[in-house]
Amino acid sequence: MGQKVLLSSKEINIILHRLACQLLENHLDFANTVLIGIQPRGTYVVERLTRILKEEYGVKHIDVGFLDITFYRDDFRRGDKTLSATETKIDFLIEDKKVVLIDDVLYTGRSIRAALTAIQSFGRPAEIELLTLIDRRFSRHLPIQPNYRGRQVDAINGEKVKVMWKENDGKDAIYLVGR
Amino acid sequence: MGELGVKHLLGIKYLKESDVQLIFETADHFKEVINRSIKKVPSLRDITIANIFFENSTRTKLSFELAEKRLSADVINFSAGQSSVRKGETLIDTVNNILSMKVDMVVMRHPNPGAGIFLSKHVSASIINAGDGAHEHPTQALLDSYSIREKLGDVAGKNVVIVGDILHSRVALSNIFALKLQGANVKVCGPRTLLPKYVESLGVEIETNLRKALNWCDVANMLRIQNERFDIGYFPTTREYTQQYGVNKKLLDSLDKEIVIMHPGPINRGVEVTSDVADSKQSIILNQVENGVAIRMAVIYLLASKIK
Repeated sequence: MGQKVLLSSKEINIILHRLACQLLENHLDFANTVLIGIQPRGTYVVERLTRILKEEYGVKHIDVGFLDITFYRDDFRRGDKTLSATETKIDFLIEDKKVVLIDDVLYTGRSIRAALTAIQSFGRPAEIELLTLIDRRFSRHLPIQPNYRGRQVDAINGEKVKVMWKENDGKDAIYLVGR
Repeated sequence: MGELGVKHLLGIKYLKESDVQLIFETADHFKEVINRSIKKVPSLRDITIANIFFENSTRTKLSFELAEKRLSADVINFSAGQSSVRKGETLIDTVNNILSMKVDMVVMRHPNPGAGIFLSKHVSASIINAGDGAHEHPTQALLDSYSIREKLGDVAGKNVVIVGDILHSRVALSNIFALKLQGANVKVCGPRTLLPKYVESLGVEIETNLRKALNWCDVANMLRIQNERFDIGYFPTTREYTQQYGVNKKLLDSLDKEIVIMHPGPINRGVEVTSDVADSKQSIILNQVENGVAIRMAVIYLLASKIK
């Protein structure tokens, strides 16, 4: 099983800075905007972006939440495994706010579809945007596209995009793993 | 997290400790869900559940129904009082008729011990036992332990006394199994006539003095006196029972430490506990009811994910 480096630690850092700037351009002081990381792996992206926005661009306060989509997935009872949930933590109101959903890899679009349903349990946002670090082209099952994308990659179905974070996996790196 | 080791929830007896922990972790997530502004998730939208109650119930039936609806399952309700059971239909026939309408799961309460186990051997649906005679009431025991865990952080190592009618109580038996499984210390307390003969073989101790029992425990689970199940007189009068085994505020305040009061409901106010005890800060009776919905959502969700 071969694996190829898609992005190095340095490249990831540059991309995160660009994404942070793009968010800043559209949302300025984040007074009416909330960032929601999709569990489990979108949380790393949202935490990095928040840190950059606060430490390097002087944003004072950003509402950050984590959303678990397990109970909204469309493949319940369709696989062998029981789907296990993780924590949802949204301790602010999203009614009339601009919500930015954040995930690491956009593949079929089904997780985002579930997240769009899930987030509405917390109120009616003014608008919802999507940010993903990696966008796997030509593999969508649903008409969903990101507003902010880190890097577009072409990967065939058997391949997997593996995102590693220093906090969890010891280093920052993104690999394309073959069959 | 993994999956449950069982296909049905017939009793705590059939669960492993890891099953109980899995149910609790899943219930944590559902507890968060039922506190949202929209309290419903779509997970079980293609599952149909029949609630079959051959015995009266308010809390358990409502709690199950709410849990099912919050998971988006389709629900049908059946009470024996208004059904063909009165005309002499057998249990298997009744349930098979319901199942032929494409029902995936059955929640059943029945006056006979072992009714759920019997049914699970004869029908294909997943069975959840919502109380079978004086045998088990597993979801009640799970929500009781979950409430202790929520209040005191952990169940292991805690001292729990179950007070009252142990003999006729399925809540007591399921609680003993659940608490022992999680490593709690358990005593039962009540008049000798209401303690089963070999209860100590379950690894619990007997204490007939209520004050001693309360001074020992962290949690007191006060059971209801089930007059409807009494075939003979087990104690002279209700008044005498209350004097010896009822908890009032004066007794509660005179203890060495602050204990937690639980009650599975329905409460006979003034018999097992007085109103000021039931409504005191130490009582977690209403938390138990809230947790009941989360626990039942977790059990239904985990069992439903095994239906292929």
